[in-house]
Amino acid sequence: MGVSSIFPPISSILMVASTVLSSEKFIKAIEISLRTFALGMTLALLVGIGLGALMARVKTVREILGTWVNIFVSAPISALVPILMGILGIGEATVVATVFLFAVFVIILDTQVGISKADRSLVEMGHSFGANRYQIFTKILILSALPEILAGIRLGVIRGVKGVVIGQLLISIIGVGELFELYSKHFLMEEFWSLVIVVFAFALLLSEAIAYCERRVEYYAGSR
Amino acid sequence: MSADSIVKLKDIGKIYDTGVEALKDVNFEFPVGKLSTLLGPSGCGKTTLLKIIGGLIDATSGEVWVNGKPISGPGPDRAFVFQDFALMPWATILRNVAFGLELRGVPKDERLDIARKYIKEVGLEGFESNYPHQLSGGMRQRVGLARALTVDADIILMDEPFSSVDEQTRRKFQEDMLDLLQNRRKTVIFVTHRIEEAAYLSDLIVLLSARPGSVSQVIKPDIDHSGKCPDEIRRDKNYLDIIDNIWRELKVYLC
Repeated sequence: MGVSSIFPPISSILMVASTVLSSEKFIKAIEISLRTFALGMTLALLVGIGLGALMARVKTVREILGTWVNIFVSAPISALVPILMGILGIGEATVVATVFLFAVFVIILDTQVGISKADRSLVEMGHSFGANRYQIFTKILILSALPEILAGIRLGVIRGVKGVVIGQLLISIIGVGELFELYSKHFLMEEFWSLVIVVFAFALLLSEAIAYCERRVEYYAGSR
Repeated sequence: MSADSIVKLKDIGKIYDTGVEALKDVNFEFPVGKLSTLLGPSGCGKTTLLKIIGGLIDATSGEVWVNGKPISGPGPDRAFVFQDFALMPWATILRNVAFGLELRGVPKDERLDIARKYIKEVGLEGFESNYPHQLSGGMRQRVGLARALTVDADIILMDEPFSSVDEQTRRKFQEDMLDLLQNRRKTVIFVTHRIEEAAYLSDLIVLLSARPGSVSQVIKPDIDHSGKCPDEIRRDKNYLDIIDNIWRELKVYLC
């Protein structure tokens, strides 16, 4: 078998793509992937922004968690997936947890940086007009840190996409992971590559969408 | 507390965590409805004192009384104008001006109407939907002034409001500010290191000594703003004498 069977011409990939994309198996795989991705990302956003903000504002929390977050942000989380499987079972819960772990740490770090370097004089201004702690947080700190938080979310989303694919690959009985496994085992390279293109395009599109939001924010935060 | 004073400082002292003693035994009563200036050499604790009056910094010792009651933090009776404007870059001019009212829970339509009124009064009509970075320094400080006026506080605290504004803009802004404040019976406490500015604007100049700052002298410029054009005042003998006096007083701390 030659290289051409591993890298089939793009024309034949595109021809197969239309049948793959409309197949029931594919739609179901995408459904599962999107669901687990969305769930994992939502958790990562909530926990990431929450913990990041806490770490920026409360010294004790920062001292307890700081080192761990820094270790995990650079650690290869994939190595933990087998353990997750042992705890959460071979199914969607493990994928959700993988997405969460892939995404959450960079969001924590960026949120923390954004909030700790938020404009002090804006906080003082808020106090002078009688803002309470909650108002200072929601009306000033979060918005002031938005450029950093969005950068964290973009990096988190990119990692989350990796998480959903790696999680499913390692489990290999659900979602796109199952399809990747199926196609490569049976040497269905056209199908395999059309799936790759879809996943790559999805990741790029998401990242670009968030980058667009970032540019909008940078635009009005230009005078910081 | 005498009947016509609104802010009273009792033995105010401030020692920073670093051990620096910024203020010592500051006693003063600010008269109601007047523009009083805190003037002194740099590092004498002018801004610190203003922020203590605003409730933004706690004094190490002593008390601030406002309207006959000791304060324990910021309050609706005082509004602050900041040296660096402190405008939210993500919010429009309209929302920035209405922000004090937003924090107080005033309904949106009502607070935006009030904000529009003051934006017009400070001369920024047409800029409501712009963002702060699209405005010049002088215009941004007008936004800061409008924001302080919307909450209708009795006392307006201004921390070197014109220091980041260029000279030509500053003069025009000073006139406009005097006009705005003239009919409102606001008490203004104004921090500056510029002698001319203090002499030109103030009913009362409080000279602070060098660190640790305390009140060294009180001067009443008594300049008649009515009927005279600003440039005439700036050539007035009385005005020039006051500047000279203050300079002689302050020079002591420089050597």
